[in-house]
Amino acid sequence: MHIHSMISIWFFIGAILTVYGAIICVANLVLPAPPGVVLSNLHAGVWWGGILFVVGLIYTIRFRPRD
Amino acid sequence: MTPTTTRLFSAGAVDLVVVALYFAVVIGIGFYLKRFTKTGEDFFLAGRHMTSWIAGLSFLAANLGSLELMGWAGSAYQYGILATHWYWIGAIPAMLFLGIVMMPFYYISKTHSVPGYLKLRFGEGARGLSAITFAFMTVLMSGINMYSMALVMKVFLGWDINFSIWVSSLTVGAYVVLGGLLSAIFNEVLQFVLIWAGAILIPILGLVEAGGWHEMTQRIATRLHTTSYTHLWSTLGSFTDNPMGIHWTGIVLGLGWVISFGYWTTDFLVVQRVLSAKDLRSARMAPIIGAGFKMMVPFIVILPGLLGLALLPEKLVGESQALATGGHSYNEVLPLMLARYCGPGLLGLGITALIAGFMSGMAGNVSAFATVWTYDIYRAFIRREASDRHYVSIGRWSTIIGVIVSIGTAYLVPQFKSIMDYVQALFSFFIAPLFGTVLLGMMWKRATPAAGFWGLLAGTVSSVGMFAWVKSDPTALRYIALSPNAKAMAEDMYRALWSWCICVLVTVVVTYTTRPKPVSELEGLVYGVTKIPHEGDVPVWRRPAFWAIVIAVVFVIVNIIFW
Repeated sequence: MHIHSMISIWFFIGAILTVYGAIICVANLVLPAPPGVVLSNLHAGVWWGGILFVVGLIYTIRFRPRD
Repeated sequence: MTPTTTRLFSAGAVDLVVVALYFAVVIGIGFYLKRFTKTGEDFFLAGRHMTSWIAGLSFLAANLGSLELMGWAGSAYQYGILATHWYWIGAIPAMLFLGIVMMPFYYISKTHSVPGYLKLRFGEGARGLSAITFAFMTVLMSGINMYSMALVMKVFLGWDINFSIWVSSLTVGAYVVLGGLLSAIFNEVLQFVLIWAGAILIPILGLVEAGGWHEMTQRIATRLHTTSYTHLWSTLGSFTDNPMGIHWTGIVLGLGWVISFGYWTTDFLVVQRVLSAKDLRSARMAPIIGAGFKMMVPFIVILPGLLGLALLPEKLVGESQALATGGHSYNEVLPLMLARYCGPGLLGLGITALIAGFMSGMAGNVSAFATVWTYDIYRAFIRREASDRHYVSIGRWSTIIGVIVSIGTAYLVPQFKSIMDYVQALFSFFIAPLFGTVLLGMMWKRATPAAGFWGLLAGTVSSVGMFAWVKSDPTALRYIALSPNAKAMAEDMYRALWSWCICVLVTVVVTYTTRPKPVSELEGLVYGVTKIPHEGDVPVWRRPAFWAIVIAVVFVIVNIIFW
């Protein structure tokens, strides 16, 4: 097994968190909360999506494949 | 299982994109890792290259299936905060014991599996028996994960249960067949992160809605007319003072000792992840890292169940009653809470977390099944001499067969009132006696090969016998669980304890009537005749023992806080 040439698992995690964060943040800015959702006034989707995006971006850059 | 289209909430297009992206990524990882999986060591033990963090998170994630997420949230709704015992006293001491005491023997012996260790220590009889019972248990456990998954799809998407079982199972089968344990471990670490990302908002927003922890406990006390649902230890002095109908002896001896130590130190599903570590120090640190995270899991599992008790307007019921009446069961409390707080995208992330839990649990089962089937049944009893490539091929085929058999077992789950009752029953049959055999094998050099086999067999048969006795005559509960008021979970704890005692007793008696192995054959397998490598000159904060003490201190503190 050529372990050293393998892309780090943390890169995959960073990438998917970045994409998820962007989708969730934008969706909650644009779309109204569905009826029945409690505490929608707190806009949890916006800030949680933002956090996921930033953390994901840090991991994506830190563990990106080199050459 | 009755297919249903009842749905709690409609997932929108954004949620479906989030879920679809997840499926694409896990399959993509499987294809990417296939090129790194050539030999048996790669396929079955991920090449033994994993760091302590990856092995530790994978060790925990393999256990943190949707069964854990939904089942224990449901148990928290049913039994209150007592369900936390399965995360704390029912896990932490055993995980630390595995890292500090037992791991060196597993790792130094270079075994591929726990049945493989029993072969080295006791011979083919004990290996064959444990391999067959383990293979049987893993496919049943996979069935539970599938059933949990089907519940998620039913509640959120209104999907046909059969359809969701096949889509999710084939996805897991595909990435495990492609990349073996390496692929399973990579995806488990990814799934661990997604589980937290998707589930952590529920307890945070739930506590905001309830007005804090104190207000939540007040609401539960008002609704149920008792404070016993929010105390961890103070109600365990009597069988009748707590919702589970259990005494502290059942929790400490049945759960904290037999079930917990049995599961965390001998269930190959979790031990396999640690065996993939790159060196002995990483292998010892992995369970300790897992223990640190395990202690935090009640925040995303138990607390939502308690919040459901405090906040949900409807009363949840047992699985069979829910199927009969069209209502919601205990096991659906987590999806119900998710739907309560999550808007566009977040709902998709929450569903993804539950799917990830399902996949990590199922991948853990099928990859462990493939290893035990290939090495401990096929190679041991069917075809001893074949090429490494042949065994990798058998591993891939047994993964596919394991998935298909697991699908059939999913249909057994509704027979049990709660998912976790079903799981604990399985553990008491197979894991409790196995722990007695492995423990005596590792710690007592006098234990003989014949004793290992007969002790394990006696413990397993007696456990199944006790289960059948109570099923045919419910009044027998007073003998097995020491109280006619005991609930199913309490019965499981005591049954496990008795089967462990019978296993140990038979092992000791047979040992003194049969011939032991020469000491020279026990080197690397048994305490007292194995030289443990010294850790070298490393700072104290890098030593596994230091972190084990830190985790143990925190464990004591949290138990006192929630007494």
